[in-house]
Amino acid sequence: MKLNELNITQACEGLRKKEFSAVELTKSYLSHIKKTDHKIKSFITVTEDEAVKQARQADKRIQNNEMSELLGIPCSIKDIINTKGVLTTAASNILKNYVPVYDATLISRLKKEGTVMLGKVNCDAFAHGASTENSDYFTSHNPWDLERVPGGSSGGSASAVAANQCLYSIGTDTGGSIRQPAAFCNLVGLKPTYGRISRYGLISMTSSTDCPSIIAKRVVDVAIVLEKIAGLDQKDSTTINKKVDDYQEYLKDENIKDLKVGMPSEYFLNELNVEIKEAVEKAIKKIESLGATIVPISLPHTKYAVPTYYIITPCEVSSNLARFDGIRYGYSANGTEEAKNLLDVYTKSRGKGFGNEAKRRIMLGTYALSSGYYEAYYLKAQKVRALIIKDFKDAFEKVDLIISPTTPNVAFKIGQHSGNPLEMYMEDIFLSAVSLAGLPAVSVPCGFVKPSDGEKEMPVGMQLIGKSFDEKTILKVANVYEKNTDWTNQKPKD
Amino acid sequence: MTKKNRISIEEVKHIADLARIELTAQETKKFASELSDVLGYIDQLSEVDTSKIEPVSQVTGTINAIRDDAKEDSDPDARKALIDNFPNKDGDYIKVKQVM
Repeated sequence: MKLNELNITQACEGLRKKEFSAVELTKSYLSHIKKTDHKIKSFITVTEDEAVKQARQADKRIQNNEMSELLGIPCSIKDIINTKGVLTTAASNILKNYVPVYDATLISRLKKEGTVMLGKVNCDAFAHGASTENSDYFTSHNPWDLERVPGGSSGGSASAVAANQCLYSIGTDTGGSIRQPAAFCNLVGLKPTYGRISRYGLISMTSSTDCPSIIAKRVVDVAIVLEKIAGLDQKDSTTINKKVDDYQEYLKDENIKDLKVGMPSEYFLNELNVEIKEAVEKAIKKIESLGATIVPISLPHTKYAVPTYYIITPCEVSSNLARFDGIRYGYSANGTEEAKNLLDVYTKSRGKGFGNEAKRRIMLGTYALSSGYYEAYYLKAQKVRALIIKDFKDAFEKVDLIISPTTPNVAFKIGQHSGNPLEMYMEDIFLSAVSLAGLPAVSVPCGFVKPSDGEKEMPVGMQLIGKSFDEKTILKVANVYEKNTDWTNQKPKD
Repeated sequence: MTKKNRISIEEVKHIADLARIELTAQETKKFASELSDVLGYIDQLSEVDTSKIEPVSQVTGTINAIRDDAKEDSDPDARKALIDNFPNKDGDYIKVKQVM
């Protein structure tokens, strides 16, 4: 097996046994990126020199018998997470030249563990999208079929891991942005509970649902990374002072006999592709055969999740993106001939610097929050959000976790939805409610389906939703399922 | 919420003004129709009875988070790095257009 085809556990073992060095491991990824990224297009910035330097330091620490599962392990970071001294663009033109002066908390924690950052990966600009087609630079490609999207917004994270360009990637999930790309690329993607991982250093999109999230090849890999970056951070007052579980230890227990799995009827309706429905139902039967009890449940406000999400998100976006004004950093119209006064600098910097979807969301949010409309839209959405949260609360009185498909369809072709924002928003149909409720959810591979418009079989994902701060139960069931099936071992052909 | 949520060109211009975004004539026209579509779709929320429901703005249930009021050393490199990011400057100062 090539060095860049390992998973975290295997790479960690190889490093400890001195079968290869961290520098060798890092260089194998860097050369693979060079060889493949012209067609996959995952990376906005490759930090080659810095990566080799970090790998050298990791080798020294390994020589000193230091133990951390992430020591010397190469990763990539979504370009919406601040990295000190390294260009961070949010895949947008307005931040084309932005170099952060500090690290996000999760980056500081990963550096302490000695992980190696290979570079910053593509996403939809400001994480607004489900395909990377809204990146102001380029669209990333799905390694399973280059004509298709890898999903989004954390699409570069998914394409990089699936194409063996890194061992894991940190993205964000605001309304499905790690779970959907994981499903599209046959990977494991975890959105933790809101408040589990610090948001300090994320370029904010929807502050009330933004979650730093993890994408990797296997459940245990995701568990390892979660353990290292989760927990209270004084710089993010929404993080919670709650014990971070020893997930790896917990995964060793493979008994799922006492668990009750809820199957929400509303998530298996018409919008769902029939073959995906069959694949997920088969996976649920498998979990039943492994000992869990399946319980039919109802989440009655499911159909209102997407419209609620698409009010709350633009409102928070319009407020969060107000800071980009062309004055302190980023693209500025100041100095151009057309900008005659300060107001011109604002309107022209933003008019030119923001892409289509960012503008659309700022406009929608500004409208919904403006005088006379606030109650009809934002306040109404916040009330429906309360009902969506209550649905889950009621369901979790009866079950320990909930299983649904991750997406209604497999990865779509590049350009297929780009003319229609509403079509694109419907991609989030199984994902938004979980985000609005702040619950943890993991997408795991559960099959392949050949789409009607293509020849290649594409991956299918299953979503496991947990109780608040109960990542350990969904990871455990996902791990047991993964071990008893062969889906994660399937790899795209070069 | 009413069914009357077609957004006019004039309204789009007003919103763009509030949001401090300059739009081209083409964008203005496009957003009038796209925003109307999205708002039309969102209109289905009016079916939900929320008369007795309290709104939710965050999910963690935390009330106040307070840290120690203690001095923290700042990164000595940060000042220069911040200034390097200024798009227009005069020495260490940000240069802006005249306000008045």
